[in-house]
Amino acid sequence: MISDATFWTLTILLGIGTYLIRFSFLGLLGRRTLPDWVLLHLKYVGAAVFPALVLPLIVWPEATGGTLDPIRVLAALATLFAGLRFGVVWAIVAGMGTLYILQFLTNQI
Amino acid sequence: MTQRAAFWRGYRDTSPFVLIIIPYSTLFGVVARDAGLDILQTFSMSVLVIAGASQFTALALLQDNAPVLIALLAALAVNLRMAMYSAALVPHVGHTSLRTRALMAYVMVDQAFAVAVHTYEDNPGMTRPEKVAYYFGCMALICPLWYAFTLLGAIVGTAIPSQFSLDFAVPVCFIALLGPLLRSLPHVLAALVAAVAALAFAWVPWSLGLIIAALCGIVTGAQAELYLRRRADRGLA
Repeated sequence: MISDATFWTLTILLGIGTYLIRFSFLGLLGRRTLPDWVLLHLKYVGAAVFPALVLPLIVWPEATGGTLDPIRVLAALATLFAGLRFGVVWAIVAGMGTLYILQFLTNQI
Repeated sequence: MTQRAAFWRGYRDTSPFVLIIIPYSTLFGVVARDAGLDILQTFSMSVLVIAGASQFTALALLQDNAPVLIALLAALAVNLRMAMYSAALVPHVGHTSLRTRALMAYVMVDQAFAVAVHTYEDNPGMTRPEKVAYYFGCMALICPLWYAFTLLGAIVGTAIPSQFSLDFAVPVCFIALLGPLLRSLPHVLAALVAAVAALAFAWVPWSLGLIIAALCGIVTGAQAELYLRRRADRGLA
């Protein structure tokens, strides 16, 4: 359960922080450009943050009490494959679809 | 092209992304309710932040009982890419009034940004007012849908029973977003190293393992790119 105080603190700070990131160059820094080494590292933020966030959720899901669930691993692989091959929407369809089909076949739903 | 025509052209050019925005924002509404937020909280988050990936990040970490500071840092790290968008827009729309730029910053979202900059580069003849109108046309489609379908998801969310494993929708969304990001070898290496490091550093308290893993991945990606560049230079010399 997420407490009200925690939620609002996080949401308001995240709202302000995200706005400042968006406003940064357009609003404040004008035509000054970022140094090359910063740009080089910024390129890899998304590719690094998402897998780091996802893997623990797949390997130790809270819904199974933290034990490895082969169905979730297969569904995650299906999502990745569909995402690389067909795009974002199909990845979501493939991921949840695989999860439901395998759970249905093993009598979990 | 008049400004009005530019606005509607932006609106039309962004329309394929409706197919992504609608399920994605609905899903956020549903998952947020599932995590225990109420309708007002869910909707407020979408209005205050309008950045899906970071909203999912913050939610996942709060659910995991991570400290607020860690959830905030991780979610902001996910949004850092928008500093690049902000910089990329300066030559096209940086001439406008501070008030216009303030509004532009608020509605800056991935898909619409990508469409806008692509169009500017393909049409160097566009005037500045046309570019501004086009930009708002792109965003005018995406942002209201983002709010509306978050709200819809939040309202219908609790009607979905727990057998449907909606908790799994969060990793699924992140993996789906990852696909288009893996566009070169350094990106793939960054992702692999970050993934392995996330498991290796999972024991670190306060979810700091996530930050460490992300930094490992970022440095790997950057170093791999530098290495490939140097090798290409040697090949030419």
